[in-house]
Amino acid sequence: MFQPSPWRADFPAIDALQRQHQTYLDSAATTQKPQALLDALSHYYGHGAANVHRAQHLPGALATQAFETSRDKVAAWLNAAESRQIIFTHGATSALNLLAYGLEHRFEAGEEIAVSALEHHANLLPWQQLAQRRNMRLVVLPVDAHGCIDLDQALQLIGPRTRVLAVSQLSNVLGTWQPLPSLLAHARAQGALTVVDGAQGVVHGRHDVQQLGCDFYVFSSHKLYGPEGVGVLYGRPQALGLLRHWQFGGEMVQLADYHSASFRPAPLGFEAGTPPIAGVIGLGATLDYLASLDAMAVSNHESSLHQHLLRGLADRDGVRVLGSPQAALASFVIDGVHNADIAHLLTEQGIAVRAGHHCAMPLLKGLVLDGAIRVSLGLYNDSEDLQRFFDALDQGLELLR
Amino acid sequence: MSLPADAQAALDSFEQARGWEQRARLLMQMGDRLAPLEDAQKCEGNRVHGCESLVWLVVEQRDGQWRFKAGSDARLLRGLLALLLVRVQGLNSAELAALDLREWFTRLGLERQLSPSRSNGLHAVLQRMAELVSVS
Repeated sequence: MFQPSPWRADFPAIDALQRQHQTYLDSAATTQKPQALLDALSHYYGHGAANVHRAQHLPGALATQAFETSRDKVAAWLNAAESRQIIFTHGATSALNLLAYGLEHRFEAGEEIAVSALEHHANLLPWQQLAQRRNMRLVVLPVDAHGCIDLDQALQLIGPRTRVLAVSQLSNVLGTWQPLPSLLAHARAQGALTVVDGAQGVVHGRHDVQQLGCDFYVFSSHKLYGPEGVGVLYGRPQALGLLRHWQFGGEMVQLADYHSASFRPAPLGFEAGTPPIAGVIGLGATLDYLASLDAMAVSNHESSLHQHLLRGLADRDGVRVLGSPQAALASFVIDGVHNADIAHLLTEQGIAVRAGHHCAMPLLKGLVLDGAIRVSLGLYNDSEDLQRFFDALDQGLELLR
Repeated sequence: MSLPADAQAALDSFEQARGWEQRARLLMQMGDRLAPLEDAQKCEGNRVHGCESLVWLVVEQRDGQWRFKAGSDARLLRGLLALLLVRVQGLNSAELAALDLREWFTRLGLERQLSPSRSNGLHAVLQRMAELVSVS
């Protein structure tokens, strides 16, 4: 039965891609953008760009107002208590690097940082490198056969020496929700700071950072149907107070002398230089658009498509899905077929999926795989997109076998 | 410069290919004819990095002529490697430097395989080949 997406027409690029015979199933990498975002960017650039938090002139005041309104919208989206708990960065990666550098001064040799075995490189490498700089121990929490962090083992491994726990909310390879409530509660009880990489999780459902109880929550605008070049770092006020200033430059400073300076608190103290103003305004417009949708309808649509995807993969001989995906995506390999070969033939047929290690090389290595194909869904996908993918997969396999 | 006989034969069949399926079949046939590497040649030193698949490239010069061997664990990439080797096998340094490999793959209808965004690695193989030839 055909399952249309009621929101497909809100994303002009989907139509454009279809005219180029492209079926877009790579939304976990980046998403297509709603018309509301295109309009906001065009309005901002068409009506007078200006720098924020600097000038007293009217364009500057308007830009600053729009920029700060976006901060309010992000705070509301995450249910942060106050807008000043939202720092804009240049992406999730730079938010995580900000944390790793900003917290470095608090750690001593021999202390521990815990990450999970399924982290994206963005939430692994900043901590790995911090551990190397400070002679700390990076503790890797194992993942079970379903693709979830093994809670029993994790609770053993997170102890009094753990200073930071940094984990994904939703795996970008396995599509599994991680057991955050238990992990975060345990880590906090041990005195560790908690960092949640919400890059994938924030895209599916609404998440309340206060309820989640994390110290920091990070996401990236472009995976949430917003523009690239913008990341969000939420922090609890006490946690934000622990951060040392990291990047230095314009607007983050209170008083500057040739030989010394004092810096502003969060958020502005962590937004050195001109921020991605249009991008932040665009993210605000995207959040308005997303907030206008029937959240339950979106969630039902996504989970029904996801079930369709999993059923179709299960129906095919030799297809092995990694873990037990619960949302948004599925990664798979095919017995006797190299993932590069199937990726090549899917590309030839205009199916845009991702092949390879998905920026999680250690995870794939742990699964003894050198790559996998990932199909990931956005709210604009419909069942015909999946049908085209399955037809292309069947054709490709027929050719290869 | 006229094409080597093997290259001309490959070009003839790709020019006649209709659609992605025929091109993929031809690529697989080409790949099956690629001379296999010895196990010792599948070593780290011969690895081409920047590919999602395992790719090895072995280069030697005999009497001023370049001899190449290549292999991969991915089948269609083996085909692309075979198409590359039929074009460059036995050339001398001057001929190799003058050769436009992008044009060669364009004539085969495979120019998209050369894009740096492609993880198949042909782009990385060409870069590696250029490096090896320039330092030898």
